[in-house]
Parts: sequence; structure tokens; C-alpha cells
Amino acid sequence: MSEEKIEKTSKIDLDRTEMPKQPPEIRRHNFNEVALGYTEELAIKEAKRCLQCKKPRCKTGCPVEIDIPDFIACIVKGDFSAGIKKIKEKNCLPAVCGRVCPQETQCESKCILASKKGEIAIGRLERFLADWEAAQGKIDLPKKAKPTGKKVAVVGSGPAGITVAGDLILLGHEVTIFEALHRPGGVLTYGIPEFRLPKAIVAREVEYIKMLGVNVITDFVVGKTRSVDELLEEFDAVFIGTGAGLPWFMNIPGENLNGVYSANEYLTRMNLMQGYRFPASSTPVKKHTRVAVVGGGNVAMDAARTALRMGASEVRIIYRRSHAELPARLEESENAEEEGVIFNMLTLPIRYIGDENGWIKEIECIKMELGEPDASGRRRPIEIPNSNFIIPTDAVVCAIGNSPNPLVPSTTPGLDTTRHGTLVADPETGKTTRDRVWAGGDIVTGAATVILAMGAGRKAARSIHEYLMGK
Amino acid sequence: MNKILELRMIVPNMHLIKIEAPDISKKVKPGQFVIVRPDEEGERIPLSVADWDQESGTITIIFMEVGASTSRLASLKPNDYVATCVGPLGNATEIKYYGTVMCVAGCYGIGSIYPVAKALKGEGNKIITVFEARSSYLIYWLDRFVGLSEKIFTITRDGSSGYKGHVKRLPDIIHGLSQLPDIIIVNGCTYLMAQTSNITKDLNIPTIVNLNPIMIDGTGMCGVCRVTVAGKMKFACVDGPEFNGHEVDWKEFLARRKAYMEEETLFFRRSEPESKLHKEGKCQV
Ligand SMILES: Cc1cc2nc3c(=O)[nH]c(=O)nc-3n(C[C@H](O)[C@H](O)[C@H](O)COP(=O)(O)OP(=O)(O)OC[C@H]3O[C@@H](n4cnc5c(N)ncnc54)[C@H](O)[C@@H]3O)c2cc1C
Ligand code: SF4
Repeated sequence: MSEEKIEKTSKIDLDRTEMPKQPPEIRRHNFNEVALGYTEELAIKEAKRCLQCKKPRCKTGCPVEIDIPDFIACIVKGDFSAGIKKIKEKNCLPAVCGRVCPQETQCESKCILASKKGEIAIGRLERFLADWEAAQGKIDLPKKAKPTGKKVAVVGSGPAGITVAGDLILLGHEVTIFEALHRPGGVLTYGIPEFRLPKAIVAREVEYIKMLGVNVITDFVVGKTRSVDELLEEFDAVFIGTGAGLPWFMNIPGENLNGVYSANEYLTRMNLMQGYRFPASSTPVKKHTRVAVVGGGNVAMDAARTALRMGASEVRIIYRRSHAELPARLEESENAEEEGVIFNMLTLPIRYIGDENGWIKEIECIKMELGEPDASGRRRPIEIPNSNFIIPTDAVVCAIGNSPNPLVPSTTPGLDTTRHGTLVADPETGKTTRDRVWAGGDIVTGAATVILAMGAGRKAARSIHEYLMGK
Repeated sequence: MNKILELRMIVPNMHLIKIEAPDISKKVKPGQFVIVRPDEEGERIPLSVADWDQESGTITIIFMEVGASTSRLASLKPNDYVATCVGPLGNATEIKYYGTVMCVAGCYGIGSIYPVAKALKGEGNKIITVFEARSSYLIYWLDRFVGLSEKIFTITRDGSSGYKGHVKRLPDIIHGLSQLPDIIIVNGCTYLMAQTSNITKDLNIPTIVNLNPIMIDGTGMCGVCRVTVAGKMKFACVDGPEFNGHEVDWKEFLARRKAYMEEETLFFRRSEPESKLHKEGKCQV
């Protein structure tokens, strides 16, 4: 369908159906989910806007190629059960993806109505169906293939690991997940906050694969408790989905002052250790009045909005480029802004200054301007000489990125890594340089997205299955 | 979930816990630690492993009751389960022939240095043990060290055993030896490790400390355990926990160690300087 045709069709509705949200003044004080989801009426209203294109572009923007117009058509008919089945053919974590996928750069950006700023709210519809199914209370367990007698070990229980495990168990293999932390879910559990992705949803997904028969062993650090080589003695294949959990720091003076956190520490204290319930939970958290978050991605937004909810009265994002380059999802930076987060753009911290007790007191920053585009295609930030200034603060959260944890690669001979520390793996199959070892998700791509991790898990599962059956 | 087989106070405020952990017992090496979470609401506590037995699949830990989480752990009973026991984490002590090794230990460090001393003895090293405590009744496992050690010295604050005073008496012991130790290994509270490192730096004796910072995951993910060593940022959980004591930024380490003192249920007022608290046996870091 061409653009001119859209102009001429009078009935086209370009009005995206808003999803109800908690008002900013209220939600900045609680950890409940911000977005409340569509009602049935709203979902049908939004679904009806879809043009049911013959050659749907939206689908090409989806990393796992969900049959988007098909599931939308089911919503129009009110057949939600068929709709969710359609999604689950391609995506085993719809309640998660409907909430955290960057649809605005994926399916929705490709929607033919996007050029008129009226793209279908595909993510909200996906979320609606997943939540509708959960509310029904009963889950149809799909049929499993006959047991093959093959055993697969999955290292890490993030979206990549969950997907591999879910796919392989249905194909009849015996699957065991080994997770280092005490709660499964990876970043979905320890990183993304409750108000954006309720932990009950993650727990439900994990429960689901357990019901299918996946054995989930927590508190088990592969590379320490047992090595990959030892796992290979017991299992026919090993999948590594250990994510990108090693926090970067900036290498500037004062980073070890008290009150300077990595985003991982800050979010882990709050999410995994339930610090927001302190002192009911026993992992201590500090009450800070002024919090500065360094970085501009989803992680930075999550940390900033968590700080607000912990009672900070002044929370700022410090980012070295401009608003336009913020890597966070638009929805998240808008949410943060609505909630009152201050944005200090084109600003770079160069030194943290402490008090006599070793606590952070202020940040020395320098102003930046944008120069020529760099290798990433974004305009390179350049320091403006003599523009230094001070921002007083009680805490800093450093959210400038993560790299893969070297624990597994460094304890597994023959497992090649790139110079970024990621594992070398075939993008189509997930095969690593070690026989019988596959990998996928952030450990291969570097910090990326939930859906890419899932997609990689899916491909690896297919390749592992072929290997196991061909044997 | 790991079953507790034994849990008792061995000297005031110091507890021995034996936990069923077959995988860990097969892998653990001297100098390594585990992370224990007493119950579902509990904090993750890093604790050094003091002993283990592969055959029965158990590990033994000595821990001091210092705040909310360790007192929750101490309040459990044999046959209860701890919610988490994960490891072994960190790097192991380099076990090889050094010559004469002096093991300096205080409070929980007496327990954690025991497997180190035992393994080093096994490599043919001559072991000299120094215990540092407030009073003689706070020293435990003496019997275990008797067979291992060429000589055992004690320093007690009240003079009830050995030298009277605290770690600053260490030079008296060292100078009384016929020959300087080739290496000193210190396990215990931060004050003991920092002071020993200061003393041995002047004497030019290589010194290894086993750092005990605050940790959450213990696998390099959170970065809360970062320390400055030789001017570089290190994560104690994956780069350590052992470091060259002469290279550790002790002032920073102590400040970070105390970051959550206010939030922890405090048993003692902590307004006094570290040296005074240490002399009174209240240092806890
Ligand atoms: C705060 C935050 C917000 C984010 N927001 C979004 C968003 O809005 N949308 C989006 O699409 N993406 C988002 N991401 C990115 C997304 O979460 C990741 O890309 C995705 O989770 C990667 O999945 P994974 O399965 O590769 O690894 P992870 O989710 O990182 O899971 C890896 C798991 O492996 C475990 N593990 C590591 N080492 C070992 C070992 N040696 N032995 C056993 N287990 C081990 C870890 O404990 C962890 O549980 C966000 C990330 C963060 C940190
Ligand atoms: S969502 Fe957009 S691109 Fe996809 S079928 Fe509907 S109108 Fe076409």
C-alpha cells in the first residue's frame, strides 16, 4: 500500500489510543507499575485502526517476526485467546516484551501509518493480550515431544536462557538452567525496576518453563561452582546466556567515594534485594536527597526514576550528548521528565569530590558541544575549554554501560572472545568456537535488548536441536 | 537452600556454622569465600570458608555477629536451611613454597587463615602463627594450629596471654625471630590488616591481606566491593579477595567498609576512632 493511497482513504484513523498511566505526581512516590494497560474496549479500538496490510511492514521490524496483523485481527474479533496463541508462536515472553521492547524503533517505526505519526500501538496490544491471558488464570501447556534422552545445560536465566530452555524442553530434551543469583530472570529480575516490569510477571514466566519441566538451579556460578567443561561431562550441549553484567566506570578521580554506585549495584539493591522495602527487607539502602545519574540509556532512566521513588527530591540525568542522542526509549525519557527528573545535557563529569568522611559531595563537570559524527553515526561530543562547573550531590549512579562478565570465558579453554570481551558465536546458530557449546544474548552482542536476546536464544535452540537429533 | 548441620558459638560473639554444600566442598580452595543469605528476606553476606570436607560434602565457616544479617544467621538452628550458599568465589591463595610464612589472624580470620596455613605447611613452609585478640578466651582453634606451627605467638589487649597490647606489638615479635619471615599473610578485621601492612611495609616484608568489603553478588556484577590497589580500581570479589597489603588504599577501604554502619542495627556506638574501637574489641569491620 503506498502513501498516496493513505491520503485518499478517508476512513483512516491516525489517533493512537492512549494507554492509561498513573499520573506523574502520584507515581513518582510509589513502585507500582506506571502504565496500566488497555482495557478490552481500548484494545479493540486501537486494533481496529490497523489496515491489515497485504505486505505488512511492521512484521519486518520485529526481530522475531511475530505475525502482527494476524494477532491484531484476532483482537478486533474479540478472540483474545487466538490472539495470544498467535504471538506465542514466535515470542515466549509477550508480557515482558509488550512492556520493555523498543517498539518505536522496531515494528511500530515500520508501520505504514508511522509516516503520518499514527502508527499502531503494537506493543500495547501485545501487552494487552499477555495480561488478558494471565488474568484468565489457566494456562494451556503446549504438548511436549517424546523424550529424546538428551540433556542440555543453560547457563544464565535471562531472556536468552529462558527462551532456549523453553524451546528445547518442548522438543523433548531434558533442560537444566544454572543461575548465579538467588532469583532467576537475569536483568528482568535484578535490573529493570518493578514500576516498569512487575517482578510477578517475570516470576510467572519462570514458573511457566518450570511447569514445562525445566529444572532451574539458582545459586550456582558456572566457572566457579562447576566449569563448562565439567558440565559437558554430564550434558550433551551447553548454552551460555550470561549477559553483560560487568559495570563500567569512567576512570575519573573520586569514583570510589561512598555514595558513588554502579547502576548495577543501585538497581540490584532495589530490585533483587528489595531495598525499597528496607528495613522490612534487610539489605540496607541509603536515603539520598540529591541523586545524579550519569548516562542516557534505559538503565540511567530506571536508576533516576528509582531514586525519585526512594524519596530523593532532586534527581538529574547527566549526559554528554544532547537530548536527540539519548539512547533510552523515548517513552522512558518522557516518563522521567514528566516525573520531574532534571536533564543536564551536553555535560560530562570529570571529577567526584568527597567530604572528610569519604562521601561524595559534589561533581565537577565540563560542558560539551557536538562535533562531527563518530563511528556510531552520532555526533561526537567535544569538551568546551574552561566551562567547568560544580553540581552538588549526595549520590552518583554511574550508568554508562556494562560489558560481559569474563567469568565463563576465562574458565573455559577454547572459548574465543572478541576484543570487547563478548563471545564469538555464529549469528545464525549461536555456535561458539567450542564444540557442543552455544551462546546468545548480551554475552555475544554486548548490552542490547530483551528481544534480541530472545531471538538469539531461539536460533540457538534450533541449532542445538538439530545437533542433538543428528547425533 | 542448604542445610545447616552445626551452628554454635565457639567464643563470645563468634559462631561456627557447618553447611551442607557438596558442590562447593569439591571446589573450594584456601582463601576463597562463599555468599550466604540467611533467609528469604536476608542480605547476601560474603564469608570466608574456614574448613571443608569433600566426603561429607560440607563446608565450615566462622563468622562474627556484627549486625542485623549476621545475627539473623546466628539465630538459625541445626537442621534449618540457609536460603543461599553460593561459591566458591574469589581467587584462591597462591599455595607454594615461600620459606617462612607468618600467619597473622584475629577474630573470624583465625578460622579463615586455618586452611591457608594448613596448605602452606603442606608445601613445606615453616609456619609462624600470631593471634591477636582482646583477651585469651577469644582465641579458638588453638589446637588446630599447634600441629601446623613452628611457633605460636599471641597478643592480647588485657595481657591475659602472650604480648600485652595490640597489633602494634607485631614488630616485637618479628624482631625476636632469628630471621625475618619471607611473607606475611593477614586475615581479620580491616584495622588488623591495615596496621600489619603498615608495619611490614617499613620492614619490607611482602604482605598478603584477604579483604572483606561489602558485596552483593560476589561475581563482579555490582561493583560495590571496589578497592584501589596500586592506584587502580579492583573488584575484591573477582580480582581478589587477596591483595598486596602494601598497595591497598586503606583509608578509602575503611570508609567504604563503613558505608552502611548507620543502617545496620548497631550494637555499639561508633563515634570513636578505629584504633580505640579495635583496642576494645569493637572494630567490626
Ligand atoms: C536497568 C536495565 C534496563 C533495561 N531496559 C531494557 C528495556 O527497556 N528494553 C529492552 O529490550 N532491554 C532492556 N535492557 C537490556 C536487556 O535487559 C538485556 O539486553 C537482556 O536482559 C539480555 O538478556 P540475556 O539473557 O542475554 O542476559 P541477562 O538478562 O543479563 O541474564 C544473564 C543471567 O546470567 C546469570 N549469570 C551470569 N554469569 C553466570 C555464571 N557464571 N553462572 C551462572 N549464571 C550466570 C546472571 O546472573 C543473569 O541472571 C535493560 C537492561 C538493564 C540493565
Ligand atoms: S500494524 Fe501497521 S504496518 Fe502492520 S498491518 Fe497494521 S497498519 Fe499495516
